[in-house]
Amino acid sequence: MATEQRTLRVLIAKPGLDGHDRGAKVVARALRDAGMEVIYTGIRQTPEMIAEAALQEDVDVVGLSILSGAHLEIFPRVISELKKRSVEDVTLFCGGIIPEADIPAVKEMGFSAVFGPGTDTNDIIAFLRENATERA
Amino acid sequence: MPSELAEGVVAGNRRALARAISHVEADNAQGRELLADLYSRTGRAQTIGITGSAGAGKSTLVGALAREQRKRGRTVGIIAVDPSSPFSHGAILGDRIRMQDLTADGGVFMRSMASRGNLGGLAEMASGVVDLMDAAGFDVVLVETVGAGQDEVEVATATQSTVLVANPGGGDDVQSMKAGLMEIAQIMVVNKADLAGADTAVMQLRGLLAIAEPRAWQPPILKAIARTGEGVPELVDAIDKHQAHVRSDEHAEAERQGLVESQILSLVRAALYREALGAARAEGSIDTLVEEVVLRTRDPRSAATTLIDALRQRWMKP
Repeated sequence: MATEQRTLRVLIAKPGLDGHDRGAKVVARALRDAGMEVIYTGIRQTPEMIAEAALQEDVDVVGLSILSGAHLEIFPRVISELKKRSVEDVTLFCGGIIPEADIPAVKEMGFSAVFGPGTDTNDIIAFLRENATERA
Repeated sequence: MPSELAEGVVAGNRRALARAISHVEADNAQGRELLADLYSRTGRAQTIGITGSAGAGKSTLVGALAREQRKRGRTVGIIAVDPSSPFSHGAILGDRIRMQDLTADGGVFMRSMASRGNLGGLAEMASGVVDLMDAAGFDVVLVETVGAGQDEVEVATATQSTVLVANPGGGDDVQSMKAGLMEIAQIMVVNKADLAGADTAVMQLRGLLAIAEPRAWQPPILKAIARTGEGVPELVDAIDKHQAHVRSDEHAEAERQGLVESQILSLVRAALYREALGAARAEGSIDTLVEEVVLRTRDPRSAATTLIDALRQRWMKP
C-alpha cells in the first residue's frame, strides 16, 4: 500500500561501556539537519533498554555506535531483545570502531551498513533514505 | 467495529500502542479511526501536563514524578515533546536521557514527539496520544511540553492538571508569567529549590496569584528538587487533590466542558491552518503577492486578505 512518506524516526544508541559519544552525536545532528526525527538515548545502554526504546518510539531505524570492541558480544543481544519484542521491521546500521574483519559477521547479524571513522554523513543520510522509507 | 490494532491497544500490547501512536501522529485515516474507536474508553487516567521555560527541569521532574507514581503502584505513560527545526523539520528528541532507568520498567511507556511546527508548546497530535495511553489503561499520563515562555498554553487543552515549573532567581521570569502560563497552571512548583532565592520565587508567585481573580481551585505553590526527588511526593499529593477536584466538584463540570471545547477548537484551528497554508502555496498566487510586497506596491496585510478571499471562494465551490 502506498502511503505518504512519513518523517523517518531514528534511534541512535550507544551500547556497552565506552563513553565516547562524539560520533553518535555528530550523526544524530546530521540526521536532524536532513529532516529526520532522532531519538538520542545517551551512553551505556543495555540491549534491553535499546530494544525497549525502539519499541516505544516505533522507530524506522536503529543506529548503534560502539567503540569498546564488544560489538560481537553486544550486537547479537540487541537483536535478540528486538526479536523478543517483535520489533523486526527496523533498518539497523552501526558505526564506531568495527574492524574490517568483523564487518561480514556484523552484516550477517542483520546490520545493513557499517559506517566507520571518516564516513561522510551525507552517505549515511543517503543510505537511510534509500533503505528505510517503506514499512508495513 | 474496532480494528485489531485498537484491540491490541486496549489489551495493553505495547507494540500495538507504539504503532497506534505513529498512525495518530501521522494523522492518517487509520489514526483517526483509532481515536474514534477508542475515545469511549478514555477518561480514566489522570492526565497531567508539565510546562515551564527551557532548562526549568521539566524532564528531570517528569522522571521523578513517574518514579513516585510507580512507588504508589500506578502505571505511567509519558509523552515528551521537543521542538522541530523550523528549517530542516528534523528534531533531536533527547528526553529519554533523563529517564533511562524507567526504560526497563514494564509499568512505564514513554514516547517522544517532535512539535512539527505546531506553536502551542505541544505537538499537534499530542492530545490524541494522551487518549491512546488513557485507553491503553495507564493510570497516569504525563505530558512534557517544549520549553515554554508565556503563550504556549495548549497543554491546558490536552491534560486535566497543568503543573508550571519555575526556578529560583528568575524574578523577572516570574514577573513575565503574569498572563498565559500563569493562568492555566493549577499547580506551581519552584524546582531547584536548593538554589538561593527559592523562597523569594514562591513569594513572587504567591503575590501574582493574590492579584488574580479568585477561582474555585486555588493553585498551590510547592518547592521541589527534582534531581534528588525532594518535594516530589508532596507534588503528587497536590496533583491527586486537583484530580479529585476535577472529577467531583460541581464547578468542575463547567471546566470540563470548557476543556473539551477548547480542545475541539484547537484541533479545528490546526487543521484549518494546515489546509489554508497548503492551498495558498498550491494556488501559486502567493508568489505574485510576495513579489508585490517586496516591491512595496502592496502591504502584507492586504496581501493576506487577498489570499484569504481567494481561499474562501475556493471553499465555497461545491
